[in-house]
Amino acid sequence: MPDTLPVPIADGLICPDADGIALFASRERATNRLCFPARPEDDPRYDRVVLPRTGRLWSWTVQRFRPKSPPYAGPEAFEPYAVGYVELDGALIVEGRLVDVAFDDLAIGMAMRIVLLPFEMTDGTLRTSFGFAPDKGLGA
Amino acid sequence: MSEEVVIVGAGIHPFGRTPGLSGLQQGVFAVRQALERAGLAWRDIQFAFGGSDAAGNADTMVSELGLTGIPFINVSNGCATGGSAMFGAYSTIKSGEFDLGLAVGFDKHPRGSFSPLPADWGLPDWYGETGLMLTTQFFAMKIQRYMSLYGITAHTLGAIAEKAFANGVLADHAWRREAVDIDTILHSQMVSDPLTKFMFCSPGEGAVALLLASGRKARELGLPTVRLRAAAVRTRPAGSFEVFSPALDLERGGSPTSVASQAAYDMAGVGPEDIDIAQLQDTEAGAEIMHMAENGFCADGEQPAWIAEGRTRIDGSLPVNTDGGCLACGEPIGASGLRQVYENYMQLIGQAGARQAPGKLRLGYSHVYGAPGVSAVAIVER
Repeated sequence: MPDTLPVPIADGLICPDADGIALFASRERATNRLCFPARPEDDPRYDRVVLPRTGRLWSWTVQRFRPKSPPYAGPEAFEPYAVGYVELDGALIVEGRLVDVAFDDLAIGMAMRIVLLPFEMTDGTLRTSFGFAPDKGLGA
Repeated sequence: MSEEVVIVGAGIHPFGRTPGLSGLQQGVFAVRQALERAGLAWRDIQFAFGGSDAAGNADTMVSELGLTGIPFINVSNGCATGGSAMFGAYSTIKSGEFDLGLAVGFDKHPRGSFSPLPADWGLPDWYGETGLMLTTQFFAMKIQRYMSLYGITAHTLGAIAEKAFANGVLADHAWRREAVDIDTILHSQMVSDPLTKFMFCSPGEGAVALLLASGRKARELGLPTVRLRAAAVRTRPAGSFEVFSPALDLERGGSPTSVASQAAYDMAGVGPEDIDIAQLQDTEAGAEIMHMAENGFCADGEQPAWIAEGRTRIDGSLPVNTDGGCLACGEPIGASGLRQVYENYMQLIGQAGARQAPGKLRLGYSHVYGAPGVSAVAIVER
């Protein structure tokens, strides 16, 4: 991740690498079950893993009103945004914002990939968060 | 042998908004009404379970009802608060410890959607900060996927809401008492696709009290009875889809509703085909559709035909949400689950007035569902 990127919205959430970003998760040693968000790195019952970057849209909706603050920490000015769950290949179904797609084009099953999402906080500062965008490389 | 448990009285404070009364005072109102209808006095009550989500401690009601020294246990269990209070009262009588008691639930929420905090739900702050922590999004995404899998359209969502408001017109304890036509519902403001404003219930106010007794005690008092054949509370199984979930397992599983439902059928020794009337959690119109299947009344995908044929209308073969459900009554969390049992009780004893379902009603089924994956089911029999 270049030095110019804003600070991550949380520690242990986003894994930067040469291909862009991915999400950290944890695999429980006893059961092999994956969980997201990742557990603390020093938890001896879990191994830290990185989730696949691509998958299919599992469900979606559009947030049409500004959520209450707290907990919402986005700008006062509000634009509706899409939210969905993406079934990451062979791993987990992860919730996130959906970006770079018109609401009318959203369809369950469409190919998606994780992308970096600059998130503007209420005070105008930026944080690095994540979202999912259509994966043009794969087709629908 | 465990005791038979029966309902001998029920009271309600009308749902909606009552500026002059606190939630607790509405609870007291419901208790007094239940006692009066049953011809009992507060000093007859041996124990109580009660609770609210946002309107105070139930046990402080004794200041108004009377200082008789009874055990009064506060229940705080989210959307299942009322159901859990009833489960407590049911189990207490079944055990033989006491033979006449109270389950009461009440609430009073401010306007607008609930505003949960991530830490209270074991979640990191970023989940709330980035605008993912809304119950409305969960309900929208659950029905969105269900509609896609089973070919259900927005028209069925609209028909569910239209039925709710039509029933609410007939229910004297309902909040929304005006009919809304399906076109208005479908074209009202989109809140969270595919759900519009009229497809969502709102947090509100209200209170319900139920008086429970052993069968023997009820006969001794000469009171008409409705048997509580099952009261089951269950939490989520692996692979369920719940509100406030940053991620879901690939391997999909059942739901807390399907687990609680099966437990209740097993307790009562009956099946969905035996039920005459049902009150199902309808936080939004899609929830009623999905809960029809999760509670075993129809297969996934059969709902559009059921709705089109009017099978869940008051005069249908299985009336569902005869008082308009949460859509018409609103959702005061602590009282909502008990309202469903109240409605079944009134229907079974033939006292439901303008909304009375026709014919002989023997078995009533009620189902409440809420965050973070809890469901309570009760089956009553006349």
